Parts: sequence; structure tokens; C-alpha cells
Amino acid sequence: MTALLHMLSYAFMRKALIVGVLVSLCAALLGVSLVLKRYSMIGDGLSHVGFGALAIASAFHLAPLAVTVPVVALAAVLLLRLSQNRKINGDAAIALVSSSALAIGVLSVSLTTGMNTEVSSYMFGSILSLSRADAVLSLLLSAAVLLLFIAFYPRLFAVTFDESFSRATGVRTGAYDTLLAVLTAVTVVLGMRMMGALLISSLIIFPALSAMRLCRSFKGVVCCAAGLSVGCFLIGVTGSYFLETPTGASIVAVDLVAFLICLLAGKK
Amino acid sequence: MALIECKDASFAYEGVSVLEGVDFSLNAGDYLCIVGENGSGKSTLVKGLLGLKKPESGQILYGDGLKSTEIGYLPQQTMVQRDFPASVYEVVLSGCLNSLGRRLRYGPAERERAESNLERLGIEDLRDKSYQALSGGQQQRVLLARALCATKKLLLLDEPVTGLDPIATGEMYNLIKLINLCDDITVIMVSHDLHEAVRYATHILHLGRRQLFFGTSAAYRESSLARRFLGRDRI
Repeated sequence: MTALLHMLSYAFMRKALIVGVLVSLCAALLGVSLVLKRYSMIGDGLSHVGFGALAIASAFHLAPLAVTVPVVALAAVLLLRLSQNRKINGDAAIALVSSSALAIGVLSVSLTTGMNTEVSSYMFGSILSLSRADAVLSLLLSAAVLLLFIAFYPRLFAVTFDESFSRATGVRTGAYDTLLAVLTAVTVVLGMRMMGALLISSLIIFPALSAMRLCRSFKGVVCCAAGLSVGCFLIGVTGSYFLETPTGASIVAVDLVAFLICLLAGKK
Repeated sequence: MALIECKDASFAYEGVSVLEGVDFSLNAGDYLCIVGENGSGKSTLVKGLLGLKKPESGQILYGDGLKSTEIGYLPQQTMVQRDFPASVYEVVLSGCLNSLGRRLRYGPAERERAESNLERLGIEDLRDKSYQALSGGQQQRVLLARALCATKKLLLLDEPVTGLDPIATGEMYNLIKLINLCDDITVIMVSHDLHEAVRYATHILHLGRRQLFFGTSAAYRESSLARRFLGRDRI
């Protein structure tokens, strides 16, 4: 208990916990829709674009979040269009965009500051990377994501479950897809600093998949995914603090264990 | 005035015509079956009726205060839906989407409508069941209940019996006919089962990239078109 209090006495840990809980919550909520709509790849693609944008921002000494959020949001809309396009191979196009973004990021870093610990922290995340401004912006953005999700819940359900029916009742489904993609972009960027570009997509996909093993209603899946996501995050962060393991990887490991437990528990 | 009226409507994709000369009108209480082979333009006409695709020329008019967003639509099932984690009640309630307006939440009126449509289709005992655990016939009933939540006047059903076993198919056809007769709800059904279409519908619209026939089922039976497609002895 005293050890836990000692952990909380660090300002960076408090900041990380607050931002992390909110981002986990957002990722889980959006993840349910993304996984069900077969858009999981978009989350993964976005994190690579996020890495590229972050690398360029730091090469030119720009504010990281201010550059990355709009770039990734734009990429989200682009990736969505790509995945819906039946003429070209959607998933292949996403893979191209994400690896290109990664390459551009690595090049811009190595040409300016050189490959250093900063790159590694982008790739695999660092709990120390959150500045105060980042934390405040993260708070505001994740609050916005949560509010939008709750406000549009009935419409998001209808659009996720049946796009044709929703369109027939006059819902502009394209707008909701775009909303979903942009909210995901924001969440990916916020979570990327802590989780790392290579690990952030697991935050979106794992809780949704685990919850689907256990629950049978949409509301149940959403609530369960949110709970699992926050729970796994807290366990992962605390674990990484005490065992001195990398934060992002620890959280993903806890998520994996939770998924395996759900897999076994749901096999009835 | 007719409930729905197509005036010489034609549809095209990127300038290439896919359906021409659609010209028919339906009154309240009619039961229309749209038949035709694959690629005959049935899906395109459905999109047109729902207001999702504008006719290249001609018009589609709604009468009796009907709006294109107040059609109870039952689309063809997608792979995503079959294993979608949702309760039956959640799915049926989502049919009230078009009465949500600017509100963010469903109110008591919508909840009541969902409950009463569950009852109407005899699936109130499935209310809290998971949609993905239902049989194909039960899933279609749930989607029909959702469509009924969206409309008071017109159901538009896109191949509602595809993939159902013969018993479930018969039940589905009877249920639709019952709703049509008892609740005076107009039905438009896309189907490729001509025999059942002629049996249940009051009107037939036969498409083949253009309108080949429109008229009552009785007149359709006598037409040379029906003889060719149905086979003389089977009518």
C-alpha cells in the first residue's frame, strides 16, 4: 500500500495514470465499433502514420500533438476511403500507407537528430514523454471523444449493426464513419506517446475482442470492454513500475492474458 | 393519391443505364412483388424507392404523407450481422432511429413501440436473447420487427426469405401477408421466387433492365411472360 502511495507521489505517474485511463476508455469504446465493422487495420495503420508525423514534428521542433493530431485525423479519413474502395485492394493500400509513413518517419529522424532513444520512445512508448501541455490536451480530447461517443450512441449502434438500414432511415452513415475514424485518430495519437506506435493498436482491438467472448449484448460488450481496458491498463502500469519493465509492452501483455482468460471463460 | 408512384423512372451508374421505363403506382394496402433475374435492376430500384439513388430521368413520388426515410426497410443480411453481439431488444429498438430527430436518446414512446412490435411478431420471449444465437428465421423476424418500428405505412423487404429452410420460409411469407392484411401496411418485396410471389402478392413488377410487366397477380398469371418464367403447368 505504501509502495502504491509512493508510486502516486511522482507527478509523471499521476499524469500518466490520468491520461492512460482516459485513453484506454476511449480506445475500448471506439474499438468495439471498429472491430465489428472490420476496420481494425485502420487503427494499426494510423499508429504508423502517427509515428511518421511525430518524427517530422520533432525534427522541425514543432509541438508534437498540435502537428500529429491533424495529420493523423486526415490520414484516418484517407484510410477509411481506401478501405471502402472496392476497386483497389483496401487492406493492401492501408499496409502501403502505414509502412510508407513509418519509413518517412525513420528517415526524417535519422537525417536530423539521428537514431536515438527518442525514436525508441516513439516506437515502444515512454511514460516520461508526457509534458504538462500534452496532459491537458489529452484530457480535453479524450473527454470530447467520450462525450461524442455517449451522445451518438444510438446512432453509432445502428450504423455499426446495419449500414443499409441506417442509410434508408436518413442517417448519413458516411459522416458517422468519418467521425469514428477521426475520434480513433485522436485516441491513437494520445495513446501513442505512452504505448508506442507499435503497440497502440492493441489497446483498440484487445478489449473489444475479449468483451465479445463474454457478453452477448452491444451495451454489455461496450461496458465490459471499457472496464477491461481500464483494468488492464492500471495493472500493466503498476506492474511496469514495480518490475521496471517497459510500460506499453506490459500493458499489452496484461491485455493478452485477459483475452486468453476471456477466451477460455467464453467457451461454453 | 397513390402511396408511391414511379413515373417513367430510369437509373444509371456513371452514365450507363441499368434500368429504364419503370412506371407504376401503388395504393395503400397493396402487396407488390418485384421479380426478375440477377442484374435485372431490382436492387437499383430499391435504392431509388428509399431515396438513396436519384432517378436519371422520371420521378418517384410519395403520397399520403409518406417520406422516403419512413419506409420500413429490411435489407439483405450481411456477414457482419450474423455474429454481431447485440440483444434482440437493442436491434428492434434501433428501428426507431428515424423518430429520434435531434434527440440523443430513445424515449418511452420508442421503447413502447419496440416492445409492441416484439409482441406483434410473437418474439417477446426472445427479447433479451443474443441476436447471433438465433436461427435464421428468428433473425429475420427480429429484422422485420425493426422494420415495423421504422414505419406505419410501407414495408420494403429485400429477399426476406433467402437462406431460410422451407418451414421458416412459409412462416415468414404468412407473417408478411398477415401484417399486410391486418395492419393495412403496404408491402413491397423483392423476391426471386416467382411462384410464392404470385401466390401472396396483389401486384407484380417484373424487371429485366427495364419494366417487363406491371399489373395485378391475376393478370400476370395470364401473361406470356409468366408462362415463360413459371412454366405453364405450375400455375
